[in-house]
Amino acid sequence: MSKINEGIRYTESHEWVKRDGENYVMGITDHAQHEMGEIVMVELPAKGAQTVRGEALGALEAVKTAEDFYAPLDGTVVKVNGELDGNPALVNEDPYGEGWLVVIKAVDPAQYDELLSPDQYRALAGE
Amino acid sequence: MEKKTPLFGKHRALGADIQPFAGYLMPIRYDGVTSEHMAVRKSVGAFDLSHMGEFRVKGQGAMAFLDHLLTNDADVLPGKAYYSTMCYPDGGIVDDLIVYRISGQEYLMVVNASNIEKDWAWVESHMTGFDVKITDESDETALVAIQGPKAQIVAEKLTDAPLEALGYYEHLTGVFAGVPALIARTGYTGEDGFEIYTRSGDAVAVWDAVMAAGKEFDIAPVGLGARDTLRLEVGYPLYGNDIDHSVTPIEAKLGWVVKLKTDKDFIGREILERQRDEKPARNLVGLSVTGKGFPRHGTPLFQGDRQVGTVTSGSIAPALNVGVCLGLVEYGVRKNGTEMEAEVRGKRIPVKVVGIPFYSNGSRKS
Repeated sequence: MSKINEGIRYTESHEWVKRDGENYVMGITDHAQHEMGEIVMVELPAKGAQTVRGEALGALEAVKTAEDFYAPLDGTVVKVNGELDGNPALVNEDPYGEGWLVVIKAVDPAQYDELLSPDQYRALAGE
Repeated sequence: MEKKTPLFGKHRALGADIQPFAGYLMPIRYDGVTSEHMAVRKSVGAFDLSHMGEFRVKGQGAMAFLDHLLTNDADVLPGKAYYSTMCYPDGGIVDDLIVYRISGQEYLMVVNASNIEKDWAWVESHMTGFDVKITDESDETALVAIQGPKAQIVAEKLTDAPLEALGYYEHLTGVFAGVPALIARTGYTGEDGFEIYTRSGDAVAVWDAVMAAGKEFDIAPVGLGARDTLRLEVGYPLYGNDIDHSVTPIEAKLGWVVKLKTDKDFIGREILERQRDEKPARNLVGLSVTGKGFPRHGTPLFQGDRQVGTVTSGSIAPALNVGVCLGLVEYGVRKNGTEMEAEVRGKRIPVKVVGIPFYSNGSRKS
């Protein structure tokens, strides 16, 4: 049974998003990291890159598979998790914490409220 | 509806990630691909390979039949096994397989699960004129593999058969964990190990005994995920990824299992002989990833703007901690040290042709 945190929002493509003032931190969910297995590389966007909701923002390589992750909001990348370069396993070990992926400055904060609630995501992930 | 192996309940109880593969519900991983992989490299692991296909070939004409059907030479001593390809007349590969010579007039072919129906139809369609009887025993046969440097110590606890004297690619019929079994010193991991063929009804007894006997060495149940990284790390091709109907054994550098040095005729001989003499247009080679990233099956390989090949298998090599691939490349760029680039998600990743196996410290007896 994977962990689904309260107080944050989710996407149908298994990302989580947490509001932090006018910025939004995102990562992949515990369910997603478990499905993928051991992450061996994370490909992050450049700082300053534009994000388009629903479009690929970067990729995760596990031992057996590669998966894109998607921008949950329109905006700009203001920070990326540089720790993942040397330690991609953080995504497995602490997907909602030290395994965060990028911080986005959103164009339209209302988009956040359109994301899935924890209960909606729980139903989607079949947890 | 996928089939289940007799060990399905064991996998579920172990909490395995179970997925459909070749028509069976198979364990892909238990604890994690890396830890399972390393258990086999450093100690010992147990695999359920009951999905594999087994065809028994019996009769006066058994050797002649297999010599016609398969590229490698069936004239091995009873008690020995051989690896072979089975080819179409155009030299393309129907399947790759292991053949155990049980006795003078009896062989057991072990084929890939994904090819059982295709292979059976192919084998059956070539019987005319040969004094042989063939039986598909796939559903009645279970296969548990014990692989790793500690495999012999574990297996010896479960049989009185003289395993120390059993050489690589040799086998014997005996009792294992109290049940009748074909015990073979074969495997596809690059490590020493055994493959234990039993009746399906006896599989649980064998599995439980192996897991108990291996406990002192922290034996790991190993899923198909680590089976794939183990075979890739030693450069063994996988049917459906690296080899298929579009690839010949000469292109795949499997010329050593094509009996061109004998005068025996076999399906595909003419084309394969010509390819050997005229050199193939492409070769399957090992590639080491020198840049950052992991090219996978289907990734194109470039030199400048020109595509010179395609990756057929790719992963991190867990025992080496680098990305490795097998790829089909043009003959002119096949040599070790040749540099090229794999294009992944629009980015170029430098790779270099290297010799295989990538990992050469395995405990496999040669």
